[in-house]
Amino acid sequence: MAAAMPLALVVLLLLGPGGPALAEPPRDSLREELVITPLPSGDVAATFQFRTRWDSELQRKGDTDHYFLRYAVLPREVVCTENLTPWKKLLPCSSKAGLSVLLKADRLFHTSYHSQAVHIRPVCRNTRCTSISWELRQTLSVVFDAFITGQGKKDWSLFRMFSRTLTEPCPLASESRVYVDITNYSQDNETLEVNPPPTTTYQDVILGTRRTYAVYDLLDRAMINNSRNLNLQLKWKKPPENEAPLVPFLHAQRYVSGYGLQKGELSTLLYNTHPYRAFPVLLLDSVPWYLRLYVHTLTITSKGKENKPSYIHYQPAQDRLQPHLLEMLIQLPANSVTKVSIQFERALLKWTEYTPDPNHGFYVSPSVLSALVPSMVAAKPVDWEESPLFNTLFPVSDGSSYFVRLYTEPLLVNLPTPDFSMPYNVICLTCTVVAVCYGSFYNLLTRTFHIEEPSTGGLAKRLANLIRRARGVPPL
Amino acid sequence: MGLLSDPVRRRALARLVLRLNAPLCVLSYVAGIAWFLALAFPPLTQRTYMSENAMGSTMVEEQFVGGDRARSFARDFAAHRRKSGALPVAWLERTMRSVGLEVYTQSFSRKLPFPDETHERYMVSGTNVYGILRAPRAASTESLVFTVPCGSDSTNSQAVGLLLALAAHFRGQIYWAKDIIFLVTEHDLLGTEAWLEAYHDVNVTGMQSSPLQGRAGAIQAAVALELSSDVVTSLDVAVEGLNGQLPNLDLLNLFQTFCQKGGLLCTLQGKLQPQDWTSLDGPLQGLQTLLLMVLQQASGRPHGPHGLFLRYRVEALTLRGINSFRQYKYDLVAVGKALEGMFRKLNHLLERLHQSFFLYLLPALSRFVSIGLYMPATGFLLLVLGLKALELWMQLHEAGVGLDAGGRPGPSAPLPPAQGVGLASLVAPLLVSQAMGLALYVLPVLGQHVATQHFPVGEAEAVVLTLLAIYVAGLALPHNTHRVVSTQTPDRGWMALKLVALIYLALQLGCIALTNFSLGFLLAATMVPAATLTEPHGPRPLYAALLVLTSPAATLLGSLFLWRELQEAPLSIAEGWQLFLAALAQGVLEHYTYGALLFPLLALGLYPCWLLFWNVLFWK
Repeated sequence: MAAAMPLALVVLLLLGPGGPALAEPPRDSLREELVITPLPSGDVAATFQFRTRWDSELQRKGDTDHYFLRYAVLPREVVCTENLTPWKKLLPCSSKAGLSVLLKADRLFHTSYHSQAVHIRPVCRNTRCTSISWELRQTLSVVFDAFITGQGKKDWSLFRMFSRTLTEPCPLASESRVYVDITNYSQDNETLEVNPPPTTTYQDVILGTRRTYAVYDLLDRAMINNSRNLNLQLKWKKPPENEAPLVPFLHAQRYVSGYGLQKGELSTLLYNTHPYRAFPVLLLDSVPWYLRLYVHTLTITSKGKENKPSYIHYQPAQDRLQPHLLEMLIQLPANSVTKVSIQFERALLKWTEYTPDPNHGFYVSPSVLSALVPSMVAAKPVDWEESPLFNTLFPVSDGSSYFVRLYTEPLLVNLPTPDFSMPYNVICLTCTVVAVCYGSFYNLLTRTFHIEEPSTGGLAKRLANLIRRARGVPPL
Repeated sequence: MGLLSDPVRRRALARLVLRLNAPLCVLSYVAGIAWFLALAFPPLTQRTYMSENAMGSTMVEEQFVGGDRARSFARDFAAHRRKSGALPVAWLERTMRSVGLEVYTQSFSRKLPFPDETHERYMVSGTNVYGILRAPRAASTESLVFTVPCGSDSTNSQAVGLLLALAAHFRGQIYWAKDIIFLVTEHDLLGTEAWLEAYHDVNVTGMQSSPLQGRAGAIQAAVALELSSDVVTSLDVAVEGLNGQLPNLDLLNLFQTFCQKGGLLCTLQGKLQPQDWTSLDGPLQGLQTLLLMVLQQASGRPHGPHGLFLRYRVEALTLRGINSFRQYKYDLVAVGKALEGMFRKLNHLLERLHQSFFLYLLPALSRFVSIGLYMPATGFLLLVLGLKALELWMQLHEAGVGLDAGGRPGPSAPLPPAQGVGLASLVAPLLVSQAMGLALYVLPVLGQHVATQHFPVGEAEAVVLTLLAIYVAGLALPHNTHRVVSTQTPDRGWMALKLVALIYLALQLGCIALTNFSLGFLLAATMVPAATLTEPHGPRPLYAALLVLTSPAATLLGSLFLWRELQEAPLSIAEGWQLFLAALAQGVLEHYTYGALLFPLLALGLYPCWLLFWNVLFWK
């Protein structure tokens, strides 16, 4: 899971109509929650979600104009503390109270996976959508690694993970909860022990499987008051085996193939590991102009056969103005690997266009995969307002499938790069000199020289020669 | 240029070139050889220095202490290996997973064009195992590779042990910015080649392999390790890769830094570094190392698994643990610490290694000769060909000039004007010699089955013997070609042919020297004198002997003797011959399995060219 998604800081500005809520939502509200998922490998994943809503006087007029839809990626940007601080400042309680006290940079960046996001969108307040409120949703996911953070131990607690415990909810929050995934351990209570024992549990279908969560409500006074603080502890009674992790139904991999600095190939492997269901995937690729794509080389093969996409949208690049945009709807057969490959040629940049570290290579942004993945268990339609926030990360559309958006890894491509140093100048100079010398030498070698006597004498000599010719004597 | 376009002065210059041609040629040749020999001496060799900022100033503290762990891994690996008789794939997978890596396997198979008798393999199939350490919070765009090749015999198990112990140590660290791939390959280089081709999704050599399931972005650098004992007395480093490619000098500097820091004894070409460069002994010892490097590089074969990485522009080198009779020994911790330090510094890299030299010669680990300083050696040698060609050109074109050029007998008779040079007469010898080269390239492997049916030899023997037979058959050619050649003024005919051959040779050697200096220099040093001297007049048997002695095959044989002599393990004649036959087979095999270019280069380029000189010699 850790490496399947890029760490590009992706800010999505979604202007789509948020699902029209039936009841008028409260005017200002904050909901916060933390989901802790112990993984079979002994690692543990923690996902924070904060949702702030406030009413706005802005009026909506008609549908969203897609002319204003923008998509941008900074594939080079690695998330760091610089991104965390302003992100925390957006929270109503900052990092003073509630779940956000756990957000300590030195612990969060001591993890093996880190992803941070900000989503903002307008939400209709009534069915006719005459007034809207804004929703700001901030999510942060980290995976604590048993090998790095845990120093080999696989028992976790809030203190061990964040070096903090929970003492109070954020006073502004209308809901503040901690969920612990106990799905695999609730059947036989022997493997994992959660301490303190949960008072309530919550069941739902997440990512196509039925899951059970232990719920700790911070607004419940009893939860905190018993011990002054809440330090959730996870203890493995039987240490988990080191086994290969479960593979999700849809995952992808992207790489550059070929070698040398002239040509290459972008390949994306799409894995559908579902045993019997095929499903379509929308693949969006945005490739910088300096990789000149050869669209005729676009090949899509699954199970050794050509796979014709049902929809292709291609917008060619313009040098220095806009990147290539390639969007395809591809049907992934059940239990298959689909390879999408397209060849490219590396362009020569102008020498001022190179980055300060040209030998590092140039980044190609990740492909984006959007799909409705069939689920194993049919889910009931739920009321979004009542269910936990994490439920809406992978929204269920019609009960039989759930929506997933995946980002592949960004790519690093080397372009032909001049050696911006002394030898480069020397080579240029030498080549010039050699070119000049070559020209002259070639000229000399291919031409024969004859000495031509200058014509002396002029008119008198010509006259004399005429006379001599008439007399039959050789001319002068 | 004014000097040359003025006909009078031009004629004077031409006369000078013609009259002084022989002394100039000798001088130029001697200068080339002398320049090369002087390369090992201080003004021409410089101290190496770290150019890459990202690796230079930062200090790292090595914390690897897993020596016992490495030894126990190595013991387990060796035991499992003995039990299964092949690479214990399941055990490796399990162990790699237990130290926290993402583990994948890759199976490959390859049918060699003919049986490889040195390594005793023909139909090869194997499995590579690799584990990826994902850098925390990074997006898998860059990676480093640590590879250990495992051959058919059960050596190198200590290297696998150290690899696993290092992986376990690395896994617990937070500072990695690049993914690290720990790769164990079966059938040593064949496995490496299969893995590299699959990683880059190309098929260069006709290897059949399963696609890779896990990747980790662009590989920035690679280190290969070969260890076969628990303690080592010294570490030897190999840099020469496929087709004479070399890794960036900074990678070698990095290794040398950690050798010094850890107090390890490090060698190059198995030779210790001379301490004293001021007296004559140091440079002389350096010259031996330099000659060894030139021979190794000229062979164009990968001297370790790192050699195959270079094609994909991955800077790489191979470290070999040597356990000799020296008193002081280092354990695996010392080697592990050096490797840890190297990987930590490579992890700091912001760009690919590009700052330092890519083309260099090494007289010692801490000394190098840059391309600007060694190129003149080949330049002088090729100048001989140029001067000789110029002389022939003038003799062919400027009738009468040759007459007063020192009054030499033979070719200096006044010749009719230039139009008489029938280029048509050159077509036949050129075509025939090229066809001979093509036969040399294609027939041995293609005709091995026919040969084994008709003669009592094995496939590998058949290939080598066919190779030699065709090579020698080429010598019988002049008797065939001179009948084809139309009647011309005899001198004009061979001079034109020699002129073409000289230019052809000079062009080829120039191109080779640019890509693989060592090969270019070796061939130039041997082929140039004979090529210059050859003519159908004068002491023909002497010329013939000289020409045969300097033919590419003879150069190979001579190089083998020189190589073993420099390694202080001299060969007897019989051993040398056996080694020569093995080298021929290896050369052909490496062309087919790794894409080495020496065999096609010799067969399609230099051998036909050499045949042209043979033609000149027996011109009637």
